[in-house]
Amino acid sequence: MTITINGQPYDLPTDARVSLLDFMRERLDLFGTKKGCNQGACGACTVLIDGERVLACLALAAQYDGRSVTTIEGLADGEDLHPLQALFVKHDGLQCGYCTPGQIMSAIALSNEFSRGAPSSVTTDLDVPATPNREEIRERMSGNLCRCGAHNGMIEAITSYLSEHS
Amino acid sequence: MTMRTKDHHMPFVSSPFVTRRDVLVGSAATAAGLFLAEPGLATSLPNAPARSGLGTAYPRRDGPLKVRGAARFAAEHRFPGMVYGALVFSTIARGTIRRIETEAARAASGVVLVMTHENMPRLAPPEPFYASPTGMAGSAIPVMQDASVHWNGQPVAVILASTQEEADHAARLVRVDYEVAEAVTRFDDAAVGAPVAFYAGRDLQYRDGDAEAALAEAEASVDLEFSTPQQNHNQIELHAVTVAWQGGVLRMHDCTQGVDLSAITIAKVFGLDPSQVHLTAEFVGGGFGGKTLWQYHILAAAAARLAGRPVRMTLTREGVYRICGGRAPTRQRVALGARLDGRLTALIHTGTTMKIAQNSMTEPFMEAAEHMYRTDTMHLEIRAGVRDMLANTFMRAPGAAVGTFPLEVALDALAERLAIDPIELRIRNEPEVDPTTGKAFSQRALVGALREGAHRFGWQPRSGERLGRREGEWLVGTGMAAAYYPYKRFPGGAARITLGQDGRAVVELAVHDMGMGTGTATAAVAADRLGLPYEDIEIRYGDNRLPGNMIAAGSQQMAAIGAALTAARDALVAELAALVPAGAALHGRPAEALTTRDGALVLASDPATRMPLADLLARAERREVSAEAAAPPPSEAKEWSMHSTGAVFAEVRVNAVTGELRVSRITGVYDCGRILNSTLAASQFRSGIVMALGMALMENTLFDERSGRIANPSLAAYYIPAHLDAPEIDVAWTGIPDPEAPSGARGIGEISMTGVAASVANAVYDATGKRIHDLPITLDKLL
Ligand code: FES
Ligand code: FES
Repeated sequence: MTITINGQPYDLPTDARVSLLDFMRERLDLFGTKKGCNQGACGACTVLIDGERVLACLALAAQYDGRSVTTIEGLADGEDLHPLQALFVKHDGLQCGYCTPGQIMSAIALSNEFSRGAPSSVTTDLDVPATPNREEIRERMSGNLCRCGAHNGMIEAITSYLSEHS
Repeated sequence: MTMRTKDHHMPFVSSPFVTRRDVLVGSAATAAGLFLAEPGLATSLPNAPARSGLGTAYPRRDGPLKVRGAARFAAEHRFPGMVYGALVFSTIARGTIRRIETEAARAASGVVLVMTHENMPRLAPPEPFYASPTGMAGSAIPVMQDASVHWNGQPVAVILASTQEEADHAARLVRVDYEVAEAVTRFDDAAVGAPVAFYAGRDLQYRDGDAEAALAEAEASVDLEFSTPQQNHNQIELHAVTVAWQGGVLRMHDCTQGVDLSAITIAKVFGLDPSQVHLTAEFVGGGFGGKTLWQYHILAAAAARLAGRPVRMTLTREGVYRICGGRAPTRQRVALGARLDGRLTALIHTGTTMKIAQNSMTEPFMEAAEHMYRTDTMHLEIRAGVRDMLANTFMRAPGAAVGTFPLEVALDALAERLAIDPIELRIRNEPEVDPTTGKAFSQRALVGALREGAHRFGWQPRSGERLGRREGEWLVGTGMAAAYYPYKRFPGGAARITLGQDGRAVVELAVHDMGMGTGTATAAVAADRLGLPYEDIEIRYGDNRLPGNMIAAGSQQMAAIGAALTAARDALVAELAALVPAGAALHGRPAEALTTRDGALVLASDPATRMPLADLLARAERREVSAEAAAPPPSEAKEWSMHSTGAVFAEVRVNAVTGELRVSRITGVYDCGRILNSTLAASQFRSGIVMALGMALMENTLFDERSGRIANPSLAAYYIPAHLDAPEIDVAWTGIPDPEAPSGARGIGEISMTGVAASVANAVYDATGKRIHDLPITLDKLL
């Protein structure tokens, strides 16, 4: 049983209770993915599994045999930040930085969702593919809580990312 | 224009509604000269000399690390042989543990230790805030020292196991049999006969004249009752600590707002010298007043000692609610009497809050009323009932966050009654000196902030009528309120500056960055003090072994840092002066006549007389020069009335069918002294506004008054603002330096938490005609 995380293969844990989040943080020392509630309510643990966003605290590691996970640690290209990471810094879309990895992973998945035209609960016209606007972005980011109130900067960063990279 | 603003993309510029400029030109300018027609309030106000670098929008220094997920928080350090902790919480509010069954837990796989009051090491009780200058604990309740239970949720057992899964499982196997004692858990019961609170060295009571008589005789009056619920900080980082006993030293990776005070308090609990505790907190995932010293720290350290193993203790979200306190509930009365011209004749702000017997924290909600408005008579009073519950504690803008709500709503109601615009009513009651202390204000530009806010927001002046309008099924209204937070600087500020021959300086001080941008702002202040380029300054913080004991609380940290850096710079200059070689132009000059500028030691009165620092060190054959100094005691706030103020404007949309309430735009203008970094300041102001929107709209810790247990200990059941709840927030500031504050800056972390709930409530009234007196303003109250 193996799982690929940021391109590296790892043996899955034998204890079936281990969440993907705890597996990465406590067994692999991959601390970039954060734990804010451990019950699917805050989004701090968001990772991409084969391109889809998943809350790693609600995912049992053993379920992901053969799957490929991307975490915040897998975004930057060496010294170079991923463009969305750089935009978060530019627009000061963070304060304490604890929700930040989850926010960034969510925003990347959201951009994939837009490229498929997937609707959200604020999409008004279901007959045409959904397109990014601030309301759509806010709705789709609402599963990622930020207690520092860095929302404006994040939405600014995500909006410019989507306009530059889609 | 000296007004420095962060012009965010304002949603209303392109909104279908009337633009702010139209309103200003169309209505405000004709409103009997109530408002400045032109922007730039600060142009008429005194200017302090500009300092290089201060105010520059330097990006957050740790931003790149944080967006990579590479910043290491308390639970992200590892010691060899480390085990994991889990807690068992009491399920009764008061009583005694008759029997605690731990056999099954002990036998469970991976379990290393089960600790209860029976085998817990005997330790001193922790010193809470105000019990001593270094007390950092939320309460003085001894930690697992006997069988007694003091609140519903108190830790009664600690499990250590090889993995978190094993520890969590074993914790569920512990059975506790209690002898239940009668507990006081109801607000009403605890309020009966509650005494006037003693808090921060004084009785929370103030009388000037006979306010009740003045109220009864007033030409116009309002007399309103309000309530605010219990609230929790909900930092997204779970409280955690990773600890190891290394020889005689207790090593702790913590998330705290007070590295030194925590270390000192823990040392006293364990009977250690403070030098035997090494506590670091380089990154803290949000603080807001709640990242202080709680029982889990002591339990983790004690269990680590008992087991002889390093321990990681990460609280569950439920655990945070069970053992880390939040803001106490309040019931408040605000009664205002006025003459028909709006001048206040009576200001009464009284009420009751809750605390525990073993802490000294009373939510000081009368503080805004003490310093905001002139009045002929005043009566302020806070009574504190004692309940058997988890210790209440400081939460962002203690006092002012919940105190400005009734005060500013009552002013709105009075303005309506008097048919005076609410901004004008506040301006007519702007005091010349501090209303309660009689001291002069060090600097105050509330009127300017009100006018600038009105201008930016496009405030429509009103005289008693509601201006709310209907758009389809949405009722749209606007409201405003003033904001308030006191200036503070605590003793204990100190810093060490080490200047290298390469011209770079390392500045070390035991301060904290929970997201405020402390390191970044401090570097700019240090560059200013030292006359060195910002890039050449390295800041080290978040470690109790660094100089000073400065807590990140009360919005005081930057003031403490400013004073410490001035003192350390002066000490460094004295060291440098002693190195000036004979024959140099500066030789023999007293240190007081010298300063540093542009990489040189210079004569302050004639900077052309100088010696480059690199030369100075090279000639003295010194690789580096280091100096450490403590800040002078904080006397400025004793001599002056020092307070920050502000103006908040909100537009709300209330759905007439469902009662759904949305805040569609918000403007905050703050008068906080000099702004040290415009990017970080804008983020701080927005941060407080978002949290205050939570307080206004949704936040409520559901305290079950029958059992004394928190019923919603979860982010799934305690709501905080999500992205869709946060509109684009327009913030600005007067930026007028406070001549009495170090760096001219009064602190900005908390003021934007104030005034917001009132501005929203006032806007809701404008939209719907309903005055909501009880937070949060949920849709059931609007239907
Ligand atoms: S930790 Fe997974 S959603 Fe909060
Ligand atoms: S940046 Fe602190 S929780 Fe979002």
